[in-house]
Amino acid sequence: MIKSELVQCISEHNPHLYQRDVENIVNAILDEIVAALARGDRVELRGFGAFSVKHRPARSGRNPRTGAHVPVEQKSVPFFKTGKEMRERLNREDGGGSGAAT
Amino acid sequence: MSESAGKTVTRVDLCEAVYQKVGLSRTESSAFVELVLKEITDCLERGETVKLSSFGSFMVRKKGQRIGRNPKTGTEVPISPRRVMVFKPSAILKQRINKNGAAS
Repeated sequence: MIKSELVQCISEHNPHLYQRDVENIVNAILDEIVAALARGDRVELRGFGAFSVKHRPARSGRNPRTGAHVPVEQKSVPFFKTGKEMRERLNREDGGGSGAAT
Repeated sequence: MSESAGKTVTRVDLCEAVYQKVGLSRTESSAFVELVLKEITDCLERGETVKLSSFGSFMVRKKGQRIGRNPKTGTEVPISPRRVMVFKPSAILKQRINKNGAAS
């Protein structure tokens, strides 16, 4: 599923809204998450998961082709940890986890 | 550089963002935040990948059975086959985070 399909799906359940409004809703949510991460904040959505930012220190890398040392600057990377309820939902008996529930 | 911020954004903040930007009532905004998350979750539960351009994609990976170890006691424990969800951030998201996170 891609964003436009998500928007369409939600629009079908909400005929009182224009598709453009739904698009704005989806974008508002995603933009808020991105903005929070850009500030270095954490985004915690119970039942779904949590987004956070991890910092990677500068290191010395290598060009795999030539073997030359290349300095890699420090950087921050987005990180997602799946929520408990989500993890459970992915592994329910009927969900394709092939009956390995505990 | 200052790591002091450490604020946590939750559903309430997402609702507020929708409320401010789209002009629905707070109740409706909150319902839509839930609906968006529910649609994404349902899709993943079916094993489908969800691609959100300029944000990233969520996908489901199948893991086979393997032997794990209880790190405290050292006893071997079988880990059952399972499905896990992974998030792959888009290039744009990674860029945004580096612009503000570290020295540009």
